[in-house]
Amino acid sequence: MNWALVPQQIVTGILNGGIIALIALGVVLIFKSSEIFNFAHGHILMLGAYLTWWFAGANQDGSEVLNLPLPLALLIAAGLAVAIGLLVERLALRPMTGQPLLSIILMTLGLALFIEGVVSILFGIQPSANFPAPFAPSDVFRIPFPGALNDQIILKKTLVLAFGVAGLASLIFALFFRFTRTGLAMRATAEDHDLARSVGLNVPRIFGLSWAIAGVIAAVGGVLLAMLTGANLNLSTVVLVAFPAILLGGLDSFSGAIVGGIIIGLVEALVQASRFIEVRNSHEIAPYVLLLIILIIRPEGLFGQKRIERI
Amino acid sequence: MAVLRPAGDFDTSYRQDMALIRRPWHWLLIIGLIGTMAVAPFSGSAYIVNTLNQIAYTVIAIQGLNLLTGYTGQISLGQAAFMLAGGYASALLVINLGLSFFIALPLAALTTGLVGSIFGLPSLRVKGFYLAMATLAAQFIIPWLTRHTFKDYMGGAAGQISVPVPVLGPVIFDETWKFFYISLFVLVITTVMAFNISRSRLGRAFVAVRDNDLAAELYGVNLFGYKLRAFFLAALFAGIAGALRAHSDRTVGTELGYGLNESIFFLGMLIIGGLGTNLGPFLGATVVILLDDASAWFGSFIAGLFPAYASNVLTSFRPIFFGLVLMLFLIFEPRGLAYRWMLIKAAWRLLPFSR
Repeated sequence: MNWALVPQQIVTGILNGGIIALIALGVVLIFKSSEIFNFAHGHILMLGAYLTWWFAGANQDGSEVLNLPLPLALLIAAGLAVAIGLLVERLALRPMTGQPLLSIILMTLGLALFIEGVVSILFGIQPSANFPAPFAPSDVFRIPFPGALNDQIILKKTLVLAFGVAGLASLIFALFFRFTRTGLAMRATAEDHDLARSVGLNVPRIFGLSWAIAGVIAAVGGVLLAMLTGANLNLSTVVLVAFPAILLGGLDSFSGAIVGGIIIGLVEALVQASRFIEVRNSHEIAPYVLLLIILIIRPEGLFGQKRIERI
Repeated sequence: MAVLRPAGDFDTSYRQDMALIRRPWHWLLIIGLIGTMAVAPFSGSAYIVNTLNQIAYTVIAIQGLNLLTGYTGQISLGQAAFMLAGGYASALLVINLGLSFFIALPLAALTTGLVGSIFGLPSLRVKGFYLAMATLAAQFIIPWLTRHTFKDYMGGAAGQISVPVPVLGPVIFDETWKFFYISLFVLVITTVMAFNISRSRLGRAFVAVRDNDLAAELYGVNLFGYKLRAFFLAALFAGIAGALRAHSDRTVGTELGYGLNESIFFLGMLIIGGLGTNLGPFLGATVVILLDDASAWFGSFIAGLFPAYASNVLTSFRPIFFGLVLMLFLIFEPRGLAYRWMLIKAAWRLLPFSR
């Protein structure tokens, strides 16, 4: 360990982990309500980021497309993400009810490829680095911290903002589930589809609703990521890091997704504080190595329900 | 999948019952097919040769995936990474130990099989979706290992190495049409292997594990052992396919189409062809690869119409076409083309009484 780097990496890791946690929440939401693991979440996220960029950003040559303010653009993109979520649920996943797991997984994978193709037709395969962000990448907080490198911790303002938004979104999400009637209905559906149906809940509508909410979460997450890296086709692969986070926290646990996200963020960052270049380089695969270890030691994750299989 | 045979068609000897090729005209068909493949390079068209070669090694990879996913029911998102491992193993054996390609090929396949078994280890504890995540981890870890370990041998940050041309006595397989004969020969062997595995004790155990793992265990099928064997075989086939691909492309590397998307393509081909059938890999690979070429052609056609968007359009239709076809198949024909073919055969037999 290069101890001088550790404080910086811990803070960066937690901030990154917050964004991963928000992304993970979207996947857990859909899994909890309909037992579909959405591999296309990353691509819906990328679509949300690109839509926001289209409403608020500028082209490579500097010509502006619509030039709306960022929050308004995000709002419109989130609205579109709701529509996309509903459409996807109705057209692609509804016919798959009762199909084997492999078919459902492949359906979301096929969807992912389809969205990737559509995005690259609509917005081009060139990354658009000029994503409208409220702060420039060089805009940083410098917090004095004895013992760290140069005795200070450097925080990108964008990253702090993204963490704040992610935290706020998760909080709204939690309050919605805890205190609204719809939230209660969704929790009931997650518990047991048949029972939910028998007390008069419209289960297919709730599936649609959870896809819509997941769409909004994806769009917000996409914009947060794009503020950091620019809108590009790799945004969808960034999301793959959220999968280990989900399994670490437990597939069907919201708080687990948040804790898992932050742990994965920390692991990714701390690995980069190592003295050995080989270990530093391994930050790309560290989450997956962790994933394999979780799968072997504790497959249900930290907070997930342990399922006992009966004949 | 049920074997539909007309009334009165029964076997009279054990030999007949066990025959792989049941009818004289099956022989005719198979010899005709292989013969057509064998003279195809003389058409002189580079496109035909390249496509046939690509189909050949893809079919081998999917046959392996079929054993794992189709017969044993374990989802694998890492087949392309195992192909990469096979390609590297074969290339390294040929380059550094000076082995002939024809000895390196089976050795590379075995090596890849062992790698596959390692990533099959989580199947001891988890199944279904969780196992898919474990193979997803393989899809990221294996390419990373090839870039960051043994840099002197595996190309390091460049992420690719060039692979020597196979030589057999006086014959140098330096062009695709020559190499295609190796692919074809290996394809015939793996096809016989896949057929025989699927109808032997091993294959029946696989199917038992897929259909109901607890019941299979009660019948005395060692669950973990057979799942590991399925992983080993899937990776073995992927290793063969990867070695063939590496030596016909004469290069192997992480950025050369061994990514997650390829693994998804393999699974998609298997679904489109037909899960758990021996015909499925052939149909799926052929259809999807031809569709891929059609999408490339369509992309360049559209790019010609709208030159301003040419760069956007050229490659976009590949994922769109494949994603759309995969989704449509999952909704309307989830049992794949092989099942449809079976229905057509049954209808043909019942003519004129079929619906």
